[in-house]
Amino acid sequence: MDLLFDFLSVICLIGGCCFALIGGIGILRLPDFFSRLHGGGITDTLGAGLIMLGLMLQSIKVGLTHEMSASPWLVTVKLLMILLFLFVTSPTGCHALARAALSDGLEPATVDDEEQPTP
Amino acid sequence: MSIAFAITMAAILATMALALVRASLGPTVFDRILALNMFGTKTVLLISVIGFMTERPDFLDLALLYALMNFIGIVAVMRFTKYGHFADVDAQEGAR
Repeated sequence: MDLLFDFLSVICLIGGCCFALIGGIGILRLPDFFSRLHGGGITDTLGAGLIMLGLMLQSIKVGLTHEMSASPWLVTVKLLMILLFLFVTSPTGCHALARAALSDGLEPATVDDEEQPTP
Repeated sequence: MSIAFAITMAAILATMALALVRASLGPTVFDRILALNMFGTKTVLLISVIGFMTERPDFLDLALLYALMNFIGIVAVMRFTKYGHFADVDAQEGAR
């Protein structure tokens, strides 16, 4: 049972690492602000979600083996709160940022724009 | 298991470095705010993983605090770039 939880949480952690790194590369390499917003904001939720899920599996494993103690479950609840908060605030922040950039006059690059070189 | 936490920490640190590069390069101010937002989220993850790696889950309280502070900070900085001050917009409009 421990091995199963360890296996699943390692898979979640590594997957979260991959998404976080992809988001980091995207925020650096994408050519336009609005595409960078995609790289920064959308992979933020999935990478953070998978890493938090991996940590939650670890705390659930500890909670199942120490049945007398309540503190591992408190850790799970705290992780769940962080996860829910990140899930709500990260898209909200990105949406507000995109609206602020649009109202500031920043135009999204389209295919017709010849001055945008393809990377 | 601690090897997996170490790998996760390394990946998160690499992502934070990439975000910092974009924050220092970024042509517009919105790029910098976006990189700052990403840096803050990754800080939350890094603190949580460090707490699990050192087996001190109390660190999660700090991570929760950072998650709350990050959102407020981003909104405040965005408001500051739009209006140039932190005051109430209607009050400022009326005073003018």
